[in-house]
Amino acid sequence: MRRYFGRKLLTYGITFFVAATIDWLIPRFMPGDPVASLVSRTNGISPESAKALYDYYNNLFGLNQPLPVQYLNFWVALLHGNLGLSVYGHGTSVTEMIMAAVPYTLALLIPAILLSWWAGNSFGALAARRKWLDSTVLPMGYILTATPYMWLALVLSFLLAFSWRMFPLSGGYGFNLEPTLTWLFFTDLVAHWVLPFLSLFLVMFGGWAIGMRNMIIYELESDYSRYLEVLGAPQSLVRKYAFRNAMLPQITGLALQLGVIIGGQLVTEIVFSYPGLGHLVFAAIQSADYFLLQGIFLFIIVGVLVANFLVDIVYVIVDPRVRVSMTGGTA
Amino acid sequence: MSGANPAEARESAGPIMVPQVAAPEGKPRGEFLFFALRSKKFMLSVVILGVLACIAIFGPIVDSTDPVAQNGLPMLQPTLDPGNWFGTTYFGEDVFAQFANGLRASFFIGFLGGGLAAVIGMTVGFIAGYKGGWVDEALNMITNVFLVIPTLAVLLVVTSYLQARGVMFEAVFIGATSWPWAARAIRAQTFSLRSREFIDLAKLSGRGSRQIIVSEIASNMSSYLLLTFILLFGGAILIAASLDFIGLGPTGGMSLGLMMYNAVTWAALQLGIWWWFIPPGVGIMATVGALYVMNVGLDEIFNPKLRTM
Repeated sequence: MRRYFGRKLLTYGITFFVAATIDWLIPRFMPGDPVASLVSRTNGISPESAKALYDYYNNLFGLNQPLPVQYLNFWVALLHGNLGLSVYGHGTSVTEMIMAAVPYTLALLIPAILLSWWAGNSFGALAARRKWLDSTVLPMGYILTATPYMWLALVLSFLLAFSWRMFPLSGGYGFNLEPTLTWLFFTDLVAHWVLPFLSLFLVMFGGWAIGMRNMIIYELESDYSRYLEVLGAPQSLVRKYAFRNAMLPQITGLALQLGVIIGGQLVTEIVFSYPGLGHLVFAAIQSADYFLLQGIFLFIIVGVLVANFLVDIVYVIVDPRVRVSMTGGTA
Repeated sequence: MSGANPAEARESAGPIMVPQVAAPEGKPRGEFLFFALRSKKFMLSVVILGVLACIAIFGPIVDSTDPVAQNGLPMLQPTLDPGNWFGTTYFGEDVFAQFANGLRASFFIGFLGGGLAAVIGMTVGFIAGYKGGWVDEALNMITNVFLVIPTLAVLLVVTSYLQARGVMFEAVFIGATSWPWAARAIRAQTFSLRSREFIDLAKLSGRGSRQIIVSEIASNMSSYLLLTFILLFGGAILIAASLDFIGLGPTGGMSLGLMMYNAVTWAALQLGIWWWFIPPGVGIMATVGALYVMNVGLDEIFNPKLRTM
């Protein structure tokens, strides 16, 4: 057990180290000078004050120190949770801005991932080798999983928000409301949540349904299923075993898909101007706010690592073979 | 760790599953062709991809309208008049010209990005799976690190620092970051092949590792490698679309993601210009969907167990 998790944690530790180093390297070694471009965006200042401003920023970000010192400083600041100040947020700390956006992102992401995984797998398992279900679910699944997230978001908001006015078009809550703990605010929040949730859910649902359907077919073709059938076991029992075996790759698949899902989340939020991390990323890029962008990047990496670790734990719980091999037995 | 976990040999690439390698037996090529022509999935996807490829290749040649020049009145609805089948954008640009050029960029990125990812994935997967030992451990660690890092987030940070970006750059970058799952899947397959007798025989005959990998292992997995490439192809198109949509796509030129970016930026939703953002999405959906269906169709053709006919 310790060896298994030790290895996983080592991988995640290295990943974090690599990611953080990339984060540090890029602004320093990319062509162009971020500080110069920062200064050039302040219009109408004299060359002397531009020079002073340039020095000020260089000093502020510690860019005038030797590289190894800069690298060390970066880690010290990082471990203190200090990600710098946001230009876009007019000097608000990046950590603060991320923390304000995270609840919205998680409120979309977690239900969308879990519900689509559950519904997709159930549907896919049901459809496998059942003629008419298969011939309807399968094409739908392929269409959904091949749909770019932002496009489904666009179509949904065009149809349900713009044309039929069933849901609000954009934002996390109405412009006329303040975040308070009232029923009115809550219902408004939910109304704004539905469409982004639905676009994420549908695309992922298609993917899981197809994956499960194909997995089940593989399992039904395998020797143990055939053997069970020959023994005269009822179809439902064979399918039950097939389902349990087909689940495992789908759990691994969830971990593998996280990066893609996060990407989908970002673009969906942009379509709906939903005040989560994706919206923040967009704003950071539009206003060339590199600190904010890098801060979000690191935050996403940490989030993905934590999620991966959770999947690892679930895998151990679900797969008896891993558990057995951990306690020293042979599977 | 290697092979210790039985479930690891059977890897899912997320929603789209990576098929198992069929038992390496000598098969006449004619049999594949026979089943390919009879496979509805395969033929349907070939037709869809063929039509799209024709638009991508010949569209910009036949209709040489500049995709980013004003070509007519702004916001024209699509009509049956020749030259205006797709309507115009908020700026009077021809939507069909944008669509055809964008589709061309998508296919380019799919080929190049998917191809590069396939090459890296194969190299890493073959070497790790065949060599085993510490080489495997090291490559596995690298693969796992790349696997966990969300690609789009890395691309975001890197591309946002570049002032001028080309389609080529985007394709290479996508290729360089989307190979890990392929490497892992190929490693697992190589691992299961390398202990077969015919590999031992090849070793005894004194052939080098590279020769054995190319002529014994890769050739026995060729159908599998093709399927992997198809999935990487589709994946690269989707990643590029997201990147373009965030506004980090190639500067200059046209792409399907950029069309959607422009549509959202210039309030196509609020103005009701649906013909601006519907075509690019349908283009991507049809391309990637057809690739996925082709993947399954080919899998059924190569793997007799899955044939339902």
